[in-house]
Amino acid sequence: MITVIGNYLQGVGRALFFLFTVIAALPSALMRPRQMAQQLYSVGVLSLVIVVLSGSFIGMVLALQFYRTLQVFGAGESLGVAIALSVVREFGPVVTALLFAGRAGSALAAEIGLMKATDQLSGMEMMAVDPVKRVIAPRFLAGLISMPLLAFIFTVMAIGVAGGHAIGVTLLGVDAGSYWAGIKEVLHGNDIRDSLIKSLVFGAACSWIAVYQGYHAAPTSAGVARATTNTVVISSLAILALDFILTAFMF
Amino acid sequence: MTSPSPDAASGSITPLVQVRGLKFSHGPRVIYDAVDIDIPRGKVTAIMGPSGTGKTTLLRLIGGQWKPAAGSVSFDGIDVHSQSRAQLFALRKRMGMLFQNGALLTDLTVFDNVAFPLREHTALPESMIRDLVLMKLNAVGLRGARDLYPEELSGGMSRRVALARAISLDPELVMYDEPFTGQDPISMGVLMRLIRELNNALGLTSIVVSHDVEEVLSISDYAYVIAGGKVLGQGTPEAVRASESPLVQQFLRGEHDGPVPFHYKAAPYAQDLLGPAAGVRA
Repeated sequence: MITVIGNYLQGVGRALFFLFTVIAALPSALMRPRQMAQQLYSVGVLSLVIVVLSGSFIGMVLALQFYRTLQVFGAGESLGVAIALSVVREFGPVVTALLFAGRAGSALAAEIGLMKATDQLSGMEMMAVDPVKRVIAPRFLAGLISMPLLAFIFTVMAIGVAGGHAIGVTLLGVDAGSYWAGIKEVLHGNDIRDSLIKSLVFGAACSWIAVYQGYHAAPTSAGVARATTNTVVISSLAILALDFILTAFMF
Repeated sequence: MTSPSPDAASGSITPLVQVRGLKFSHGPRVIYDAVDIDIPRGKVTAIMGPSGTGKTTLLRLIGGQWKPAAGSVSFDGIDVHSQSRAQLFALRKRMGMLFQNGALLTDLTVFDNVAFPLREHTALPESMIRDLVLMKLNAVGLRGARDLYPEELSGGMSRRVALARAISLDPELVMYDEPFTGQDPISMGVLMRLIRELNNALGLTSIVVSHDVEEVLSISDYAYVIAGGKVLGQGTPEAVRASESPLVQQFLRGEHDGPVPFHYKAAPYAQDLLGPAAGVRA
C-alpha cells in the first residue's frame, strides 16, 4: 500500500518537474514559427471536423430535451437561454476537451512515443538539439492555444443555426426573435469568461498529460499503446474532476 | 595485454576518446566492470562483442547520454560527464552518431533531415545550406533521393542518409552503432566503403560498434573485443585474429559452444525432466 502511494507520488513529482521543464522551453517554441504552424494544424485544424459535428449534434439534442421540459411549464420560448447557458458554461469546454483528448491527445502521445521508440529523440539529443524545445514545447503550446478556439467553435455550432437553432426554431417552432433575445439578455460576460478559463485549464491539462505520457512511454509497441490509452483515460478523468472543482468555485 | 597500445599505433598524440575505469550497470546487470578504452585519432576503431554486452551503451556513455557509475570518459581531454548541459551540447556538435535504425526524423524529407543540424546550429543562409546538404548527400550517393521521406527509403539508404546527417556539421568523431546489421551484401559493401573513405577523406575518427566480425575487422585500424563487462582482447585486426583467448576465438569463428555456452543457465536436463516437480504444477 505504501509503495503504491509512493510510486504514485513519484509519478506526480516527475510529471510536475516535466511540466516546469516544458514551460521553461515555451519561449523557444515561439522562436520556431514553422514548427508552431505545423503543430497548430495537426492539433487544432485536424480536430475541427469532429468538434463542428459534435457541436451541432449536442445543440440539436439539447434543443429537443429542453423543449420538452420547458413546455411542461409553458416556457418553451426560453429555449435559447437554456441551450446557451448550458453550452457556454458546461458542454462547450467539457465536451470539446473530451473530444480533444480522444482525437489530438492520443495522437500526440502516440507520435512522441514512436519518436522515442525509433531513437529520434535521442538522435536529436546527440545532435545537440533539446527534444523538449524542438518536439515537446511546440506541441504543448499548440494544444493550449487550440483548446479555447475549438471550444468557441463548438459553442457557436451548438447554439447556432446548425445546432439548437435548427431544431428549436426551424423544427419546433420557437420564435427566432425570442430565441436570440433571451440569449442576449441572460448570457453575461462572466459566463463567457468562466467558459474561457475552463477551456484554458482543460487545454493545459490535456496537453500536459499527452506530452508527458508520450515522452515517458516505454520504447516498445506495448509501451506506446499504453501511453495512448493512459492519455485518453487520465485526460478524461482529469477534465471531469477539474470541471467539478472549477464549477464549484465559479458557482 | 601484449598487443601494442593504440597510442603507439598513432604516434605520440593523445587519443581522442579516453575511457578509464568505466563501470556501468543496468539495474542488477553489470554491463561494464572497470574497462579502459582508447580511441586513437584519425583511425577507425572497432568495438566488437556478442549481442547484449553493451556496445551501444558505450556509445551512449561517450556521447554523455547516460552517466557511468564510476570511471571517466574524456573527449579531446574534456571530461564528458562533468560538463553542464550547455557544455555537453557544445561537445556533441563535435560528434556525430549513426543509430542502428538511422533515427531519421520521420516528418522531414531526406534533404531537411540532413539540413536539420545546420539549421539548428548555424546561421548560414539557405543557399549555402542547400549546397552543403547536396555535398553531403553526394558523398553518400543519395543526392537524387533528397525529396523522399524516410519511410520511402530502404534500410541501407536510411543509414546512408543518417551518415550524411551525422557528418553535416563536420564532426571530429563519428560513432556507428551496428551499421551492418540486417544489410544485404551490396549495401553492406557500400557502407563499409563509406565508413573507410569518409574517415580518410574528412580526417575523422570513427568508432564502429558491430558483431559482424569479418566486415568490421577489414575496415578498422584497431579493434577491441568486449564481453562480460571486460575488454578481452585488443590490438590491430591481425593481433586480434591471432589472440589466444578462447572467448575471442569462439567469437571470431562463430562457434556455437565454448566459453559462451549454448545453453542459458539452467538446472541439469535430466533433473529438470525427471525431478520431483515434473508434471506437477501447483
